[in-house]
Amino acid sequence: MMTTYEPREPEQSDLFVTLPAIEQETTRRLHDRLVHEAQTAGLLDVAYRTVDSPVGPLLLAATAKGLVRVAYGCEDHEKVLERLARDLSPRILHAPARLDAAAKEIDEYFAGLRQGFDLPVDWSLARGFRRLVLTRLRAIGYGQTASYAAIAIAAGNPKAVRAVGTACATNPVPVVVPCHRVVRSDGSIGQYVGGVETKKTLLALEARHD
Amino acid sequence: MSTILPPFEEIVTAHGPTVLRVCRAVLGPMDADDAWSETFLAALRAYPTLRPGSNVKAWLVTIAHRKAIDQTRARARHPLAIDPLPERPAPSEPDRWDGDLCAAIQALPFKQRVAVAYHYVAGMPYADVAALIGGSQDAARRAAADGIATLRKTYGEGVPR
Repeated sequence: MMTTYEPREPEQSDLFVTLPAIEQETTRRLHDRLVHEAQTAGLLDVAYRTVDSPVGPLLLAATAKGLVRVAYGCEDHEKVLERLARDLSPRILHAPARLDAAAKEIDEYFAGLRQGFDLPVDWSLARGFRRLVLTRLRAIGYGQTASYAAIAIAAGNPKAVRAVGTACATNPVPVVVPCHRVVRSDGSIGQYVGGVETKKTLLALEARHD
Repeated sequence: MSTILPPFEEIVTAHGPTVLRVCRAVLGPMDADDAWSETFLAALRAYPTLRPGSNVKAWLVTIAHRKAIDQTRARARHPLAIDPLPERPAPSEPDRWDGDLCAAIQALPFKQRVAVAYHYVAGMPYADVAALIGGSQDAARRAAADGIATLRKTYGEGVPR
């Protein structure tokens, strides 16, 4: 039996080492085509893009049903995408055009030109009582705040103040679903998924333009 | 080893360029874009069923290989397609990928062409190449060696040794 030496890594042939890198233009064109064909074939389960904002880059992700995730930079966008792959579908592509409407509304919000969002939301990432809490938050108007306790009452469970806090802390679509408008009963600001400074910035923005 | 599948975007970023080079080597620059697109669309369709931790590059090259066989058979059924008219436009200038080497690879017999592409362009070990194209590991190694020897004669001028 002849044994042949198999290198762990295939040997390089000098014929191929000088090949130029694939042109960026080609990479972009093929990627655009893949996104288009995936969407046509119903295979683009999650589309994402990032937008710049006064509180740092925001990751936006959408399914066919609507906006499913907004993530702050402090949440680590790479990790957020990995969790979306695990929890929703790994068929995830960078597809900025599919999020143009969401990006436009978020830009307008941070410019003080928009007080509410018309975007369809996909609630898949929030379940049970947490989802109920989040759906109640849209009743808190622009520039207003409500206490965790008041939201617990509105959600039909006055004792569930801590659970309201958890629902806000795990809000999959912050900014659009305004968990930043929920504060402590004593008037102090409380916690926020994007950090307390971000919460202050959003509340100050809304106070200026209300 | 990872227990979950990463977002498909990571797969495209990590392996897209290699798969395109393989498609260009096996099918030529004219048909490579179509083969790449078909490969990644088929991969996206099947992706949720891929076992986490699988060799993704080998998986993609396997899909690309099937697309290449389909295209090669289609060309055989429509012989006019193998002999492009001289006035058929060349790929646009930014898309030229070392056209001379690509043309030299196109002139190789199919088996040598795929052996060269999968071993030297995709970087797959001969065991994986043999599993993909059939035959023994030694046969795959010989096909690649014969291909490289021919390329040295047809393209080798100026190639550093």
